[in-house]
This record gives sequence, C-alpha cells and structure tokens, in this order.
Amino acid sequence: MLNIKAIKETVNMIREENLDIRTVTMGISLFDCQCDDTDRLCGKIYDKITKSAGRLTSVTRELEKRYGIPIINSRVSVTPISYMAGGIKSVDDCVKIAKTLDRAADELGINFIGGYTALVQKGATDSAKLLIESIPEALSQTGKVCSSVNVASTKAGINMDAVRAMGNVIKETAYLTRGSGSIGCAKLVVFANVPEDNPFMAGAFHGAGEPERVINVGVSGPGVVAAAIRRAGDCDLSAVAETIKKTAFKITRVGQLIATEAAQLLDVPFGIVDLSLAPTPAVGDSVARILEEIGLERCGAYGTTAALAMLNDAVKKGGVMASSSVGGLSGAFIPVSEDAGMIEAAACGALKLEKLEAMTAVCSVGLDMIAIPGDTEADVISGIIADEMAIGVVNSKTTAVRVIPAYGCSVGDEVSFGGLLGTAPVMAVNNYSPAKFISRGGCIPAPIQSLKN
Amino acid sequence: MEESKMNNAAKDGGEKQSKKAVITVVGHDSIGIIAGVAAACAEFGVNICEITQSVLSDYFVMIMIVDIDGLVGDFSAFVDAMAAHGRERSLEIRVMHENIFDSMHEI
Repeated sequence: MLNIKAIKETVNMIREENLDIRTVTMGISLFDCQCDDTDRLCGKIYDKITKSAGRLTSVTRELEKRYGIPIINSRVSVTPISYMAGGIKSVDDCVKIAKTLDRAADELGINFIGGYTALVQKGATDSAKLLIESIPEALSQTGKVCSSVNVASTKAGINMDAVRAMGNVIKETAYLTRGSGSIGCAKLVVFANVPEDNPFMAGAFHGAGEPERVINVGVSGPGVVAAAIRRAGDCDLSAVAETIKKTAFKITRVGQLIATEAAQLLDVPFGIVDLSLAPTPAVGDSVARILEEIGLERCGAYGTTAALAMLNDAVKKGGVMASSSVGGLSGAFIPVSEDAGMIEAAACGALKLEKLEAMTAVCSVGLDMIAIPGDTEADVISGIIADEMAIGVVNSKTTAVRVIPAYGCSVGDEVSFGGLLGTAPVMAVNNYSPAKFISRGGCIPAPIQSLKN
Repeated sequence: MEESKMNNAAKDGGEKQSKKAVITVVGHDSIGIIAGVAAACAEFGVNICEITQSVLSDYFVMIMIVDIDGLVGDFSAFVDAMAAHGRERSLEIRVMHENIFDSMHEI
C-alpha cells in the first residue's frame, strides 16, 4: 500500500541524499575457456564475456529508469586469471589476456572488469607467479582491468614471499603509470581473507565455488545514513545504532529488489547483495561525515574507531534481514580519496595512516585509496601490507591494502585520479626500515584460531 | 518483448502483482502544471488515482499515484516522455514503479 510519507522519504533519499545502487556486477566463470594456446584462450575469454554480459548495461539502464534510482556502475568479474594456467607460459601471455579483458570491457560499455587475480595465501603456482610479475605491465597497458592478489588468510597464514613481491609490484605499477598520477595502483588490491563474491572493484573476481554466471549487487548510501542520524537529533548511542540499522535495512531492500530483477531479466542466478556503505567524492556521500555526525569534530579524532565499529555493526544488522543472501565485503568502506570527509581530515592532519590502520580492524576493508610519497621504499610498502594482513588474519576478517606511491609526489601534494576514484592528499608514512623482516621471506603461520574443526 | 518480460519480473520479484507508479513533480509554481502533467498521462493511457500537492514559497511539489494498467507503449518511454515534459517547463518530473516503495517500506 503506497503512502505519501514513504514516497516522500524514498524520493528524498534519492534526490537529496545520494542514494544509489553502486554496482551491478556479473560474475562469469572462465573455466570452460581453458586452452593451451594463448591466442585461442584469449578468443574464448573474449567471446564468453561479451556473450554472457551482452545485455548487462541495457538491463541496468532499464531498471534505473523503472525505479528512478541511479545505478552507477555495471561491471563484470571473472575467474582469477591465474587459474588459466594452460595458456600462461610467460609474462607476455598474461598481458595479452589483460588486454583481452580490457577489449571485452570496452565492447560491453562497462567501466571496470575484475579478476586479474591470483590467490597465493599458502603458495604460488607457476601461473600465479607469472601473473603477479605481469601486473605492472598489464595495468599500465589497460584502462579498465582491475587486479587483486590474496596473500593471506586465517586458515593459511601470511605468505611473506608474496607480501615482499607485492611491495615491488606496487612500486613498479606506480612508476609505469606515472603519467597519470600512478593510477595503476588504484586498480590493484592486496587482500587477506578475500571474499569470492565481492561485486566492488578493484577487488572483485568470480570465485572457484561460484556458479557459471551470477549477479551480485553492491548498494551504497552514506548520505542517507548521515541524514538519518542528523534527523535523530540529540539521542544516545543506542538510539543512533537503531537509526543506522533501520536506514541500512531500507537501503539494502532496494539493492535486493534491483538484484532480483536484474538476475531475472538476464536469466542469471542472483548471488548476493553486498550491503556496504560506499562513499564517493560527491558532497554528502561520505562515511567520514557519518562519523562526524555521530559526534566527532573530525574523522580521525579519538573515538573514531569506536564510532566506526558501531556503524559497521549496525549496517550489517540492519542489512542482513533485508536481503535473502548477503555477501561480499558488507560493512563500511573507508577509501580516503573517494570520500570528501576523509580527504579533508587527511589534508588537515586529523587523520593519519596509523589511525586508518586501527579503523581497518573494525570495518569491512582496509587501507584503501591512500596516496603515499612516491619515494616510499618497496620494503616499507611490504611492511604496511604485512601489518594489514596480520589484522585480517588474526581477526578472521577481510583486510586489504590499496596504496598509491604517487610517483614524484611528496607529503602535502595532491593526486587526482578523476571520477569516482577521487583526489588523494599524499600522506606521511613511517620510513624506519622493515627491510630485514621483509627479506626473511617464508610464511607467518596460521594463528591458533584457524583450528576450528 | 523486453517490457513484457520486465513486467513479469516485477510481478515475480515483488510480493504482489503491481500496476501502479508514482510521479513526483518539483519546480517553480506556474499556471497549468497539473493540467499539463494530467494531459501527458492521458496520452499514455495512464489513470490518475491520487494527487497530493502543495506550494511552499513559490515552490510547487506534487506527488501523483497513477494506475499503469492501461499503459500504452512501454514504461521507459513513459518515464522519458514525462521527464521531457518537465524539462520543457523547468520542472523535475520523476516516474517510479511502486515496487521500490513497497520493497523499502514494507516487511
């Protein structure tokens, strides 16, 4: 039964508070493309992707019109490319596949394609090693390909050889894409406990346990949550948490509606709704502003970690009842360059890298979209990764690192990536060297809490 | 073809069969706004069920609930036509299928 109050609330969320569906992502299995010949493999991959997702953008446009809610991105994620082992005999083979993914994305009219991925938490196969080595070249020669590497898990521990390698890969990627603010690093994530059904870039890929094709939807709505807290007024924190829960429920219901209908129209199974609060650089679409609305002068002040923990938990509690299947990252994102409030807090010195690291222990992702000085040593980047992986592994949660050592930039500079990727103030890092620790290599064993059986 | 599939998806995806839409109109007040919107609806065979309208300091706000059972042509053409009608008169006109409101506000 339609009532005017509900209509006003929904229209206001969309019109004034930036409510949108952040992404409709189709996961596509490439296992049936396996082939020894790289050129034939590329041909099969291109055909499979373009055939499977040919109607993806037209269906999302149709749904956008039907419900009057913006659907910001249509995207595709594929089986980790390192699994296409037969066709990978050299770094050049990998780059060739990356270019194929890029062409397929162009053909489909989507803005990103994820799955240039390797899972090496316990060790790397030959093809995974080649893929990791190829990442800088692949990201510098493509525009839409996103890459991720899982180097740790609670079950397997931390693969420190991979952590060391990724420090160098990130530096090399920054150098090769130096002409555009080292943007390659914005499309590269290092994970612990990576989810296999995440619809959000840059970490999306189509896991081995997923069906042939699947539709996953990522919702958004930080502006809606901030506005609801503002309206709630001078109440205590239990009431704030309740307000967040109710709002998250409503946001997620829209995601569920779009996901169910997109799946039906595309004749592809519905996978999950990822109930994340994903900010954009637009005014009023910021997770930092929610924390400030809760009562902090600036994001980064003492109390930030506690407020974020409450926010993250309330979002999950509200969202989980609204969807038949919740997955992906599900929580609050804290990407610095993509969040107007975070950018301001970092620029004025309220928010430091160390505080961000603490925040990652209680929210759904990790150190995300953070620009650091271009002369940061690879070992230091590996050290940052190792710390972040440890937080994920010990707490049995996903954590990630997406840092951009912006070539030629130093603390105080700003790097602009354009569009949703935003603008990042270059943040200071602690340059004391972890070189000896990193060069030891090997593996940090799985923690005792991994033994659950 | 696409539209009929879309309708089926809406039926199955929603909790009940649904044939209504909501039109919201926002902009500076002038004479004939309602007449214009109503005429545009009639052209598409869309029946008006309910109108809530107010003017606050020269700002016109209207919410219409309409029946789209007899819609001529497909829903997205109707959405486009109403938006275009609004642009010509400096109004913001949105049309949204009722399923989004049901999903969000009903458990």
